[in-house]
Amino acid sequence: MNLEMFLKMQNELLLVGLLLAVLIGEIITSQKSKVKLINVTIIGFALVTLIGFIYQPTQGSIFGGMFRTNALIQLLKNGLNVGVLIILMQSAGWLKESLVPQKKSAEFFMLMFSSVIGLNFMISSGDFLMFYVALELSTLPVAALASYNAYKRQSAEAGIKLILSATLASGLALFGISFLYGATGALYFDDMANLLQMSNLTILGLVFFFAGLSFKVSLVPFHFWTADVYEGSPINVTSYLSVISKGAAVFIMMFILFNVFKAFTSIWQPMLYGVAIATMFVGNLFALRQQNLKRFLAFSSVAQAGFMLLGILNGGVLGATSVVYFVLVYMFSNLGAFGVVQAISHKTGKENMKDYEGLYRTNPLLSLIMMLGLFSLAGIPPVAGFFGKFFLFTAAAGKGYYILVFIAVVNATISLYYYLKVIRAMFLRVSDNPIPYFKNDIFMKLGLASAAAGILVLGLYSPLFEYVQSISNLIFN
Amino acid sequence: MDILSLFVVAPIITVAALLFTKNLQQSRVVALIGSLVQFGMSINLIFAYLAERATGNTSIMVFTKSVVWFKSLNIRYDIGADGITVFMIILASLVVLAGVFISWKIKDLPKEFFISLIVLATGVYGFFISLDLFLMFLFFEVAVIPMYLLIGIWGSGPKEKSAMKLTIMLMGASALLLVGLLGLYFYSSPDGNYTFNILEIAKVNIPAQVQHYLFPVVFIGFAVIGALFPFHTWSPSGHASAPTAVSMLHAGVLMKLGGYGVFRVAMYLLPIGAKEWSWFFIILSVIGVVYGALSAIKQTDLKYINAYSSVSHLGLVLFALLMLNKTAWNGAILQSLSHGFMTALFFALIGMIYERAHTRDVRELGGLLKVIPFISVIYVIAGLASLGLPGFSGFVAEMTIFVGAFQNVDIFHRVATILGVTVIVITAVYILRVVGMMLMGPLKKEEYRDFPKATWYEKTGIFLMLIPIIIIGTTPLWISDIIMESIKPFIERML
Repeated sequence: MNLEMFLKMQNELLLVGLLLAVLIGEIITSQKSKVKLINVTIIGFALVTLIGFIYQPTQGSIFGGMFRTNALIQLLKNGLNVGVLIILMQSAGWLKESLVPQKKSAEFFMLMFSSVIGLNFMISSGDFLMFYVALELSTLPVAALASYNAYKRQSAEAGIKLILSATLASGLALFGISFLYGATGALYFDDMANLLQMSNLTILGLVFFFAGLSFKVSLVPFHFWTADVYEGSPINVTSYLSVISKGAAVFIMMFILFNVFKAFTSIWQPMLYGVAIATMFVGNLFALRQQNLKRFLAFSSVAQAGFMLLGILNGGVLGATSVVYFVLVYMFSNLGAFGVVQAISHKTGKENMKDYEGLYRTNPLLSLIMMLGLFSLAGIPPVAGFFGKFFLFTAAAGKGYYILVFIAVVNATISLYYYLKVIRAMFLRVSDNPIPYFKNDIFMKLGLASAAAGILVLGLYSPLFEYVQSISNLIFN
Repeated sequence: MDILSLFVVAPIITVAALLFTKNLQQSRVVALIGSLVQFGMSINLIFAYLAERATGNTSIMVFTKSVVWFKSLNIRYDIGADGITVFMIILASLVVLAGVFISWKIKDLPKEFFISLIVLATGVYGFFISLDLFLMFLFFEVAVIPMYLLIGIWGSGPKEKSAMKLTIMLMGASALLLVGLLGLYFYSSPDGNYTFNILEIAKVNIPAQVQHYLFPVVFIGFAVIGALFPFHTWSPSGHASAPTAVSMLHAGVLMKLGGYGVFRVAMYLLPIGAKEWSWFFIILSVIGVVYGALSAIKQTDLKYINAYSSVSHLGLVLFALLMLNKTAWNGAILQSLSHGFMTALFFALIGMIYERAHTRDVRELGGLLKVIPFISVIYVIAGLASLGLPGFSGFVAEMTIFVGAFQNVDIFHRVATILGVTVIVITAVYILRVVGMMLMGPLKKEEYRDFPKATWYEKTGIFLMLIPIIIIGTTPLWISDIIMESIKPFIERML
């Protein structure tokens, strides 16, 4: 084992290093300089993100195949890093004003980074054991983060709900893995792909495993925790759950279904077909009546996960490309929307749709960013979401799922209705008591600007899609 | 920069410039300059087009340009124009220009208003010049979405509801359309080299079985925005709530996207499906034609009258397209143009009357000819054009349509045509009824005496619409020659 092999884990190692640095920094700094520590940590994370882009680790696997990396995984890791960076920038103000007095700011970073490390290991895992440990590592810290608003009852509730459902989910996944292990005697993805044979036991294993992972992606009927947890958690944790954690889980789900369960395609395709329809309808129909914007975005993100399944259903390169591309696009779109909710909630404590009435006349920029994010989520051109959705639909139609595509576009239209409701509140309505104009701190501005830039550029700039296509072509072909 | 891409770039530059304007004076001047430039470009385009054809260029599309966009999916920025495109662009640029004049005194959020208006125009231009179905679909949605803000913010009456209804119905239609376009894409090549390019798909013979399913999907997807019965319900309420310039653009240009898409995509690419399904959609369009006209008789709100008359007139466009012969097709294009100018003119006039009387109810208006003679006379002229008086565009268009429709000798087409022809009479009824109630007779209220005369910008807007109506009406031959030239590929493929 030489250094170069070790550096395949570059992202994880850097994150562990940063985590330790924060820990040490927390000990040696005085209470007065905690605010500076927050700035330094965010800049440190920005550096980690940057290094990920500059030094691409070589492809391959280590630890006998438990950990592997390739260009696609690296791209996703970098993407997730950018997402986390945006979340951190958007939460800087909240950290400084709410958490520093409670002396909990450094812990926030440590928990967040642990979870990110878990996600990185999860998408790099080449073996079910590694996958399971990483899944736990990515979930448990978030349960602590969800209950971070210590003086809010809902926040504690969110933490409990998250940990309970996450435990159940990982139990289910583990149960499924044990079936698969029992049938094949292998845990490595590659071995299992070769050894798996169609039998009731292995199918049951697949179903349980899929159910466990579905919790993390919040697919229907495993979505019940989503709304309450999203509403109760601090907003940055909500956006982390709905964007980063979901994106990574969708990726690994796709990877395992495509590779390990390749022989089972005829089993999981109809399964995903049904789940996709249920997820889109439930997510969209429940979102229609929501007034709290966090709950609203929670259900919208349930529906978005249903759309991602359309790409997975393709089962080929185009499917993989469209899913990875959509995850990146969705990340920026959701972070744009969540960022605005975060900014307004932090300054005024208002989170309801009614409070947003007349927002455009007082805070035009925030409203425009919100509009960009929502249009992108709804799939309106020329912003990125349009392209993301279009390619997902293309992937599904490529395998002849025209009826599913039709159901999906009908759902996209339903979703447009509720996204327009927020736009109606911000642009069309005039309020006697609008949210007054306020200024955001520099980090929030940067966070919102990068989300908006992503939404604008990612779609129209085709080389990104081509790049994703070329690397997934290498991996899935 | 090629001559067609400018139609996308110029509006974008206008929008960018508008972002920096600070008040009504600045933004309207910038919007005016932008739309004047677009109008100038469209006039230049027709001469360039004629010159290009004169050099013996007989390809289906001229000024084509192809830039690869998403290579792996073979999505390209493919643009091109034929005679139909050129006329549609002229129509669009004129209506936009007139719309800017009519909105000269817009009060609330002027900058945002003009930005939305120009973004809408960008979508429309882009739609017309696209040869790539992906690009076409993209511009289609770009054109629809600003309508939500335009109606929702600057509209009147139940504006939020109308705006939502319009957007959701049109987006629902585009959902259907998307499925159809993806179907076209995946049947565009037997060996996996799929393409969205219209001209290339036209070279492939899509199996009849597939066309049977795809045609209604694509047809309805486009026809909803062309107000196909029974999917027309978004249009009257949308028109009624929209501000004047938006009604103009909406009825004058946006609804033309439907007929254009039906012709260029659904019928051109799926000829077998078109023949198979034409009877069904002819029934729907005849119902639309007659029902729209009858509804217009009963309405009292001026905008509703006009909106239903649009449903009726655009039903004629679909009706003519489905008659599947070149005379009727020629009539359909002429009707699109003629209706575009006429309706835009009507809505402009209604807007002016509403601004003065603060009501659009014909029962409360009366004797307006005495107080605002200019607007009233133009209203009469527009009405006469609409009911098909010779010398105006309506006559030329409807005449061509019915002559074309009558060339189908079987009993079904005959009956449909005869039912369709009744619309000429019904149109006369509702037009003359409004003219009688609103313009003639004694003055209903004394305060109507203080109505201000038409201002210079209102007059400019009016003339911009009126002149083309007269040009089409008096010298239709050169226009229909150009259209006939462009219909040739359709004839080769379908007849």
